[in-house]
Amino acid sequence: MLLKRLTEAYGVSGDEGDIRDILKEELSGHADEVYTDALGNLFFRKGKGRGPKVMLAAHMDEIGLIVVGFEKSGLLRVHKVGGIDDRVLVSKPVVVGKNKVPGVIGAKAVHLQKPSERKKAIKIENLYIDLGVRSQDEAEKLVSLGDYVSLSAKTREAGDNCLIGKAFDDRVGCAILAELFKEDFDLDITAVFTVQEEVGLRGSGVAAYSIHPDVAIVVESTSASDVVGTKDASHVTTLGGGPAITLMDASYIAPQVIIDLFVQTAEKLGIPHQFRRLTTSGTDAGKIAQTHAGILTGLVSVPCRYIHSPASIININDVQNTSRLVKGVLNVIAEGGLTLETTTEKIK
Amino acid sequence: MKQLLKKLSEAYGPSGREEQVGRMIRDELKDYVDEIYTDNTGNLYAVKKGTGAKIMVAAHMDEIGVIVTFVEEKGFLRFSNVGGVNPHILLGQRMVFANGTIGTIGMEKLDDIKKLTLEKLYIDIGAKDREEAVAKVKVGDIATYNRDVVEAGNRIIGKAMDNRAGCAVLIKAMQELTKTDNEIYAVFTAQEEVGLRGSRTASYRLNPDLGFAVDVTLVGDTPEAPTMDVSLGKGPTVKVKDASVICHPKVKEMLESLAEKENIPYQLEVLIAGGTDAGAIHLSREGIPSGVISIPCRYVHTPGEMVDLDDMANAVRLLTLFLSQPLNMQEIFPCYLS
Repeated sequence: MLLKRLTEAYGVSGDEGDIRDILKEELSGHADEVYTDALGNLFFRKGKGRGPKVMLAAHMDEIGLIVVGFEKSGLLRVHKVGGIDDRVLVSKPVVVGKNKVPGVIGAKAVHLQKPSERKKAIKIENLYIDLGVRSQDEAEKLVSLGDYVSLSAKTREAGDNCLIGKAFDDRVGCAILAELFKEDFDLDITAVFTVQEEVGLRGSGVAAYSIHPDVAIVVESTSASDVVGTKDASHVTTLGGGPAITLMDASYIAPQVIIDLFVQTAEKLGIPHQFRRLTTSGTDAGKIAQTHAGILTGLVSVPCRYIHSPASIININDVQNTSRLVKGVLNVIAEGGLTLETTTEKIK
Repeated sequence: MKQLLKKLSEAYGPSGREEQVGRMIRDELKDYVDEIYTDNTGNLYAVKKGTGAKIMVAAHMDEIGVIVTFVEEKGFLRFSNVGGVNPHILLGQRMVFANGTIGTIGMEKLDDIKKLTLEKLYIDIGAKDREEAVAKVKVGDIATYNRDVVEAGNRIIGKAMDNRAGCAVLIKAMQELTKTDNEIYAVFTAQEEVGLRGSRTASYRLNPDLGFAVDVTLVGDTPEAPTMDVSLGKGPTVKVKDASVICHPKVKEMLESLAEKENIPYQLEVLIAGGTDAGAIHLSREGIPSGVISIPCRYVHTPGEMVDLDDMANAVRLLTLFLSQPLNMQEIFPCYLS
């Protein structure tokens, strides 16, 4: 299963090579053109060159850590890459560097902590990676300064058609777009698997600049907070509630034509859907929409509980429905169902 | 000017949903310009063709507002902010949606008013339950303050003076501009309040020789106001800097000397926090020399924003004169090493 393979692979922001390799292997036979750019974005292009030029985007990178120093004892000092909650880090298995050296994120044992220490999350400055070696020399034989550290987790099936694993944000988007790209649409399509989203939407802007599409669709993963201690109004999304259409986030406001396109397509095809009920946090959609003289951009996400942790949960029905919705939207665009020319006619 | 400002101020146009304001501006300008068009970000362009310098003047159309994120069983609407909205200012406000639905803002029980956050507030549109509410308002709909304009002597009080006052000045300037060789792009920009987004794509599209923004600015002339040497009624300001832009020194100097020559009252403006469209324009492509003319405004981002009509009239004069003067770009820019 492509999704399982993609989520179990390691690809912290700036180190997306393994993900690139999997996608190249998976899609090269289906594309007219395959290329990468200076930042490491991976592009697959195919199509008949008629109809609007469409960009599909999902980011390959995941959050993680980076090695910034060695202790004499052989323990590694690390910094965060992307937004990680200090509280999810302690005692998690990791792999370090190109050779995937196994280790664990360590901290002072509970017995040795002062009562005041127990009340607070341990800060990254007080955490370290333990490779099971006894000296700096031994550690330096295994890993180097600047090596990336990735949380490590197998992807398992659970409960009612759910998956537990890491990096669904945004390998689930990658998997959806990879499968869709294999299908035929009457469109000029470029699927871009972007880099460095988690550290500031860095890949998508240059990718959109180079493609210069008429319309872009971003497939993401977003928080589902339908859990204990959260009021209805703050759930953001509901697991199993279908693809979440973003109306507004910190980087982007969905144009009305895009909201209509997604909602009407979902209704026509009988696809359950929801709106993302949070307006903070940014995505590739914001960056793409602001490229060139402005690009019409849509954003749809798969709900994910415990996002940015190695034990996230997604629902497979949501994945399939997100894929169906994006496919439906692409077909509508191919049939000329999206007005792209914005002229004086728009203001009537 | 008064009538135009009243119409624009009372219009509905939060960030991302500026069409109603755009239509008004189109109607005001269609007989005065050569071209009018819009783009993907929601900007409205009004163009006077010419062979001289290509000048972009941005005035943002959008105002702050709140976006519905959830409709409760009992019909109350939960919301998040669109732009810089203060929960304390929202208390007791009337809010209006694009379709004219009006609601009032209520608050959950709170033991300490200092703890007021947007999550504690909701909009009550008088619906008995969710079903009745969603017939009028859906998740994703955006509301703005509902507030009529009133005159207070030579000053005007109302919502969205930020930046319909700037729109009104730019409209008037375009109407009064008669003879010039310059090619003028009046861009009524979208989504300024959420991060200068309209002006970013518009300036990329136009790649002008010179960029301008017309916006409102804060003042320091009210009781216990933060220190700032700008007063209401002492003329439009020539911006020196804010958090988004350090205005091109040559543009600032040209505006100042023009104002001196023509006896137009003006003030120099250093705004500590906040930004404007020139922040995005001057960083477009290879960099575009940019300046800002601001209209002093009290109580910014409240439904009681106050501007002075003389300040606006003088802003129109200054802008019109600047836009109509011949500009030899090679002579003026770049000027750093001359």
